[in-house]
Amino acid sequence: MELDPLILSRIQFAFVVSFHAIFPVFSIGLASFIAVLEGLAFKTGNPLWEKLSAFWTKVFAVVFGMGVVSGIVMSFQFGTNWSNFSQASANFLGPMLSYEVITAFFLEAAFLGVLLFGRHKVPAGVHLFAAIMVAVGTFISSFWILSANSWMHTPSGVELRDGVFHVTSWSQAIFNPSFPYRFAHMVVASFLTGGFVVAGVSAWYLLRGREVEANRKALSMCLWMLLFLAPTQAVIGDLHGLNTMEHQPVKVAAMEGNWETSRNVPLLLFAIPDQENQTNRFEIGIPNLASFILTHEWDGEVPGLNEVAVEEQPPVGIVFWSFRVMVGLGLLMIAFALAGLLLRRNGAYYQKRWFLQGLRFMSITPFIAVIAGWFVTEIGRSPWLVYGMMNQAEALTPSLTGGMALFTLIGYVVVYGLVFSAGVYYLLRVLYVGLEDEDEGEHESDRPARPLSAAHVPFEIEHGQGDVSHAKPANEGGH
Amino acid sequence: MELFNLSLIWAFIIGFGVIMYVLMDGFDLGVGILFPFAPTETDRDTMMNTVAPVWDGNETWLVLGGAGLLAAFPLVYSIILPALYIGVFLMLAGLIFRGVAFEFRFKARTSRYLWNWAFAGGSTLAAFAQGAVVGAYIQGFETTNGAYSGGALDWLTPFTVLTGFGLLAGYALLGSTWLIMKTEGRLQEWAYRITTPLLTAVLVIFAIISVWTPFVDDMVRERWFDHITVIWVLPALTLLCAFQIWRSVRNRFEGMPFVATMGLFITTYLGLIVSRWPYVVPPEYTLWDAASAYESQLFLLLGLLFVIPIVLTYTAWTYWVFRGKVRAGEGYH
Repeated sequence: MELDPLILSRIQFAFVVSFHAIFPVFSIGLASFIAVLEGLAFKTGNPLWEKLSAFWTKVFAVVFGMGVVSGIVMSFQFGTNWSNFSQASANFLGPMLSYEVITAFFLEAAFLGVLLFGRHKVPAGVHLFAAIMVAVGTFISSFWILSANSWMHTPSGVELRDGVFHVTSWSQAIFNPSFPYRFAHMVVASFLTGGFVVAGVSAWYLLRGREVEANRKALSMCLWMLLFLAPTQAVIGDLHGLNTMEHQPVKVAAMEGNWETSRNVPLLLFAIPDQENQTNRFEIGIPNLASFILTHEWDGEVPGLNEVAVEEQPPVGIVFWSFRVMVGLGLLMIAFALAGLLLRRNGAYYQKRWFLQGLRFMSITPFIAVIAGWFVTEIGRSPWLVYGMMNQAEALTPSLTGGMALFTLIGYVVVYGLVFSAGVYYLLRVLYVGLEDEDEGEHESDRPARPLSAAHVPFEIEHGQGDVSHAKPANEGGH
Repeated sequence: MELFNLSLIWAFIIGFGVIMYVLMDGFDLGVGILFPFAPTETDRDTMMNTVAPVWDGNETWLVLGGAGLLAAFPLVYSIILPALYIGVFLMLAGLIFRGVAFEFRFKARTSRYLWNWAFAGGSTLAAFAQGAVVGAYIQGFETTNGAYSGGALDWLTPFTVLTGFGLLAGYALLGSTWLIMKTEGRLQEWAYRITTPLLTAVLVIFAIISVWTPFVDDMVRERWFDHITVIWVLPALTLLCAFQIWRSVRNRFEGMPFVATMGLFITTYLGLIVSRWPYVVPPEYTLWDAASAYESQLFLLLGLLFVIPIVLTYTAWTYWVFRGKVRAGEGYH
C-alpha cells in the first residue's frame, strides 16, 4: 500500500495541535480565575482566597509549562509538512504567529515570574497586577492565533498574486468575518473549561472532606459563573453557526448531515452518513427543526452538500458526529449549571454526593467538547486549507514522502505519549496533594523563568507522606 | 514607497537571534552533554542548578527565530524545514525531553536516573542535530521553483555528521567553561581538566571543516581563496580566541575561558555568514529573493522593536540576579 503523505500530515497536525490545544484552553480560563481570586484576596484580606489562589497558581504553572513545550513543535509544523502553505500565506500568517510568540515572550518576561514566585516578595498590589496582566496576556495570545485560524476559514483583506497572498488590508484580514464569533466561542469555552475543572476538583476535595471551607467557596463561584456562561455559549455557538452558514455553507450541510439543499429540513439526532451513496442511513430527526435553527423560519432553506462536487465535500461522518458530541456535552453542561442553581437552597450543592460525583466526571467534558468543536470546524473546511483559495493537497510540502511523514507521526506520538503522560501524572499529583501544602512562599531558591518549579510537589508517591492523612475516608457510594 | 531596506534589518535581527540562541542555549546544552561524565551525583545537581534559572529563557530565542523566519523570510522557512525534516524532528524531540527532564528531575527521587538520561540524551541529540543543520546549510539545498526537491536524508552526509560532532564538541566547550565560571572546588577542577581536551577536539574538527568546506562548494572557495581579503581576519581572531581559552585555563582564570569561547563561536559564526552572504538558501536564493512583502516585514517590525529591548533587559536582569557561584546543595531541592 502506498503511504499518502497528505493523509499522514493531516493526522500528524491534528494530533499535535489537539494535544497542544488542551493546555492553553485550560490555562486561559485558569489565568482569569486566578486573577479574580487574587482580586478577592486583595479586597477582602480573607486568607482563604489567597490559599485558593496559591493552589490554582501551582496547577496553572504545570499546565502553562506543558503548553509551552508542546507549542514549540507547532511553530515548526507549518514549515515541515505544509511548506507550500507557509510560503503562500507567510505575508499574513507570519506576522500573526510572530505576534503571538512576542505576546507570550512579553508575558513571560514581565509578569509570569512575578505571579508564580513573587507572592509575599513583592507588594500585594503588584502581585495582583501581575495576575491580571497574565490573564490579559492569554487573551492577546489567543487573539492572534484565532485571527490567523479564522482567516483560513474566511480569508479576506488579501489578494493572490503569483500564488502568494499579499495583504491589502490588515484590519480586514485580522478582523475577518468569522473571527469575532470564533474568538468569543473559544474564550467562553476556555472559561467553561476552567470552571468545570475547578468545580470538579473542588467537588472531589469536598467528597473527601478536605479544606471544606475554601473548596465550597471555589465551587460556589464556579457554579455562578457556569450558570451564566453555559447558556451564553449556546447562544454564541448559534450565532457562530449562522456565520458559518453564510460563509461556509457546505460545512453546515455536513454538520447537519443534509445532502440536498431543501426546505423543511429536520434536525437529525442520529444518522450514519453514507458519503459514497450521498445519503444517510438510520435517520432519526425532529421535523423542520434544522430549518428553524439555521434560518429562524420553519420552512427555511438549508444548504446541502450537493452545492459542491463530491470531491469538494468534507468527510461528512466525522463532522456530523463531532458536532453532536460538542452540542450534547454543551447541553449536559447547561444541565449541571442549572442543577447548581436549583441546589443552592441550604447549600445542597456542596452536600449532595451525586451532584459532586457528577461534577467530578464533568471536569473532563470541556476538553472533549473543545476538541470535537475544532474537529467540526477544521475537518468541515476540507478539502480547503484556505477556504476557496488553497486546498490541502496544494499546501503540502512537495518533497514530503509518505515514509517521512509516517516516521515523524510515530515519533511525535511516542514523544508526546512519554512526556505528557509524565506531565499529566504530575498534574494529578499536584491535585492529589491539594491545598494543604503549607510551606507556600518559603522556597527561597525559587527562580523565575521556569513555570513548573512553582509547583512544589514531589514526582513520586511517597509512603508516609502527609498528604493522605488529613483526608477523611471517602465514601464513594452516592446518597 | 520603501523608506528603508527592511530585509537587511530583518537579516540582522534574525542573525542576532540565531547567535543569541547558539551562545545561550549552547552552554546549557553543553552542560547536558557533559552531564553523564560528571564526577558525582551531587556535582550533577550543581551543574543543573547553574543553568536552571535561565535555560527556558534561552530557548525562547529559537521559537522567535522560527516565527520570525516565517514572517520575514518565508522562503527560507519553507525550503529549509522540509529539507531538514527528519533532523528538525530529532532536534525538537531532544529539546522536549531535556526540557521536561529539567522540571521533573528536581521533583523526582527514585526515578531520578531516568531524568538524568533524558536530560543528557536530549541535550546531545539536539546539539548534534543543530550541528548537522549548519553543515547542511553549507552544503546548500536542491530546489525546484522555490521548493525543496531533494530527498529526506540529503542533509545527512559525512560532512554534516562532522559538523554535528563539531557543534557537539563546541557546545560541550561552552558548557565546561560555563562551569568553570559558575562553580568551585572539585567540580570546577574537573571542568578545568576537561576544557583543554575539548578545545583540542573543537580545533581539530573545525580545522577539518575549514579545509573541507571549500571543496563542498565553489562559491565558498572563490570567496576565501581567490584573493586574500579582509575576511581572513575572522579565522585569525578565532585562533586568537582559542589561544586565549588555553592560556586562561592554564592560569586558572575563571571568567575568561567562557568569554573567549563565546568569542570563538562569534567569529566562527561570522565566518560562516561571510562564506554565504547574501545567500540565505544556498546556492539559489539571496535574502532579497526570500523576503516577504514589505508591508508584512514592517508590520511585525513595529511590534518587535517594542518587545526586544524588554526581553533583553529581562534576560540581563535574570543573569544579574543569578550571578556568582552555585554551590553544592544550593538552588533546587
